Amino acid sequence: MSGSWILGVDPVPWARAQMALTLAVHIVLVPLGVAWAFMALVANYKGIHHDDADALRLAQRWSKYMAVTFAVGAVTGTVLTFEFGLLWPNFMEKFGAAFGIPFAVEGLFFFTEAIFIAIYIYGWKRLKPWPHFWTGVPIVIAGIGGTASVVAANAWMNEPSGFTLNKAGEVVSVTPLDVIFNKAMPLQTLHMLVAAYLVGGFLIASVYAVAMLRGKRDRYHRLGFLIPFTIAAIAAPVQMFVGDELARWVYNNEPTKFAAIELVPKTSTDVPETLFGHLNADGQVVGGIPIPGLASILSDPADGTATQIEGLDSFPKGSRPTTREVNTVHLAWDAMVGLGTMLFLLSAWFGLAWLRRRDIPKSKWFLRAAAVAGVASILSMEAGWVVTEVGRQPWIVFDYMKVTQAATENQGVWLTFLVISALYAVVGVTLVLVLRLMARRFEAGDADGSGDSGSDPGAPYSPRPLPEPDREPVGAP
Amino acid sequence: MTDTVAAILLIGIVAYAIFGGADFGAGFWDLVAGGAKRGARPRSVVNHSIGPVWEANHVWLVFILVVLWTAFSEAFGSIMLTLFVPLSLAAFGIVLRGSSFAFRKEVTRVSSQRNFGAAFATSSVLVPFCFGAVAGAVASGRVPAGGVAGDHWSSWLNPTSILGGVLAVTVCAYLAAVYMVWDAHRFAGPEMEEYFRRRAIASGIVAGVVAFAGIFVLRADADYLFDRLTGVALPIVILSGLFGIGSLVLLLRRHHRGARVLAIGAVATVIVAWGVAQWPYLLPESLTISAAAAPDATLASVLIVFGLAVVIILPALGLLYYLDQRSLLDADAAEPGPTG
Repeated sequence: MSGSWILGVDPVPWARAQMALTLAVHIVLVPLGVAWAFMALVANYKGIHHDDADALRLAQRWSKYMAVTFAVGAVTGTVLTFEFGLLWPNFMEKFGAAFGIPFAVEGLFFFTEAIFIAIYIYGWKRLKPWPHFWTGVPIVIAGIGGTASVVAANAWMNEPSGFTLNKAGEVVSVTPLDVIFNKAMPLQTLHMLVAAYLVGGFLIASVYAVAMLRGKRDRYHRLGFLIPFTIAAIAAPVQMFVGDELARWVYNNEPTKFAAIELVPKTSTDVPETLFGHLNADGQVVGGIPIPGLASILSDPADGTATQIEGLDSFPKGSRPTTREVNTVHLAWDAMVGLGTMLFLLSAWFGLAWLRRRDIPKSKWFLRAAAVAGVASILSMEAGWVVTEVGRQPWIVFDYMKVTQAATENQGVWLTFLVISALYAVVGVTLVLVLRLMARRFEAGDADGSGDSGSDPGAPYSPRPLPEPDREPVGAP
Repeated sequence: MTDTVAAILLIGIVAYAIFGGADFGAGFWDLVAGGAKRGARPRSVVNHSIGPVWEANHVWLVFILVVLWTAFSEAFGSIMLTLFVPLSLAAFGIVLRGSSFAFRKEVTRVSSQRNFGAAFATSSVLVPFCFGAVAGAVASGRVPAGGVAGDHWSSWLNPTSILGGVLAVTVCAYLAAVYMVWDAHRFAGPEMEEYFRRRAIASGIVAGVVAFAGIFVLRADADYLFDRLTGVALPIVILSGLFGIGSLVLLLRRHHRGARVLAIGAVATVIVAWGVAQWPYLLPESLTISAAAAPDATLASVLIVFGLAVVIILPALGLLYYLDQRSLLDADAAEPGPTG
């Protein structure tokens, strides 16, 4: 081993940081990849079926934005594929035969998605309306299937199953379906899928909420708000239910993680739900607002406060999260549930107003709240991933392999971490700037009445045959 | 079954080379197209040519990685452990390339286009070089098996790896130019057609020379591979040479579609020759395909997924390429003929 090529820096914390950073960035693009296509299709359907020019324009522009976010999502996803090997070669070497299976399935979905997103995005001009619409449908299906596959792999790390090891610790037989449909998979998958629609919806609606606050209240902007916000508002209550089920599932199946989530140092009954607060160095709960008995009641409503929750001290020290990790998990949990609840209330506000008046709530505060809901929903989703990932520590494959055993020995990871942090910062900022630039250009096109300026997509489904006079080549600078 | 899965891996590499490779090559021509004004038209051909298809082509890379880590986990772990540096560089390059290409299409200021273009084009050269160097490292037996890292630098900075890297860049450039002759014919007019024809011929000759010089490099640096390439794999190597020469002849005679088929054949056979020469090793002389293979059920899953891909993905890809070749995929303004 020639690991001395760049200083003697322990790669493990850097590998964790790099994985966390690249996952945290990629996951923001996931809801856009998964849910935006669906929203575009809703607008597209409305556009064709009701001959609605605003809806059609919306669908077309969304697909233009999607082209950019999907490209960035595809390459940041590829980075993750590399990182499984670059950062965790021992994990892959030992468990690739099992862990890889859901990814092989995911490959199918990713392929489908990449092919049809290209056809859909590039097909606006020359394909006929309905066939074009239908080329968008596989994107939605592939987005759902792809999410399910990747989350299945993550769930397997929480609940490894479907393989047997020999005495040397090598995987000697595999039951593929048990790997994919491991115990944690169904609820975790559902939770992430709903999250994708929830975050995607709130995020896109938030952009139009800002526009409406700035006085752009025309039908185009209203639609741009209503379609995604409605989807998010439907997803929010569903997520409350799914999240609650999943939490109880974690209570029953991942007691270590649950002890960290609920900040329970010692096994006991009548456990309070502690809002905020943390464990001190002695492992005692400090600060926070305890709601008596609530954690026990939520864990098993049938037994109420008599429900016993296993404490952190019932797990050996090296096999459970450290105090710092416990505090991170608990704070992330509070953030996820707190933000999620607020998003649910916002959705309820919208729902009531819609039922009563068939309109968006009149208050400016509603739009203001909707404008921050996008970022809030992202934070909530990120916090959720922190809960499940940090809550599994110190394991990479629960009860089978620790993160430290999985990591590469390459001591240059600190450097790749720095490089990729800088790269992602630049790409992230540029992505936002480019999307804003596109929006301004579309708007400028609307203002001059042509509906078309520069490389604005121009009218969809333009009449054929092809020749279109007086068009400047767009590719030329 | 093990060999079948290894063959699937090889098919993935061939597909990535002939589809994804050409997209990288397009980036190479973008890089050398000259200043903003002079390079505007060739760059427009590049944009049109790879715009709708590069993401789908890129998925072959993910396919290769996933098949490798699922079916041959030990080889994947060893490659990633030893070749940390070039593979990290490749990952950075992929991010830079994909995002800057997508960004460039959407910005209008010439200076921004130039910056994104530069990032896109240089990373289009960096990434295939790294992959070629990785292939060279594996082929010359510099990646040890069994959870031990080989040398982080000399494993991929050695004659065979440099040969692999340079060959990858030139072959990508060659493929791209051959494809773009046809693309230019479709939407940019005879001037651009000629532009890429000349470049296709030039890069084809360079690629041929590099490949020929490679024989001597391998003889000096990679015994096992050289013996096998001049032994069991020799017929395929010769076939590849014939394809390559044939495609140049057809280019000279302006049979552009035929040239394209032969160019694809030349690249595909080079890779198949490499695969045959390595057989039965995944990591020459330290890890055989059968020793690295996952349990049967895992291999069966990979075969099933591949079967599904043949049924689902191939027709879809066919549809994409069909629509693209029929010029039905064009989100931006149409460019009927040369508009200057």
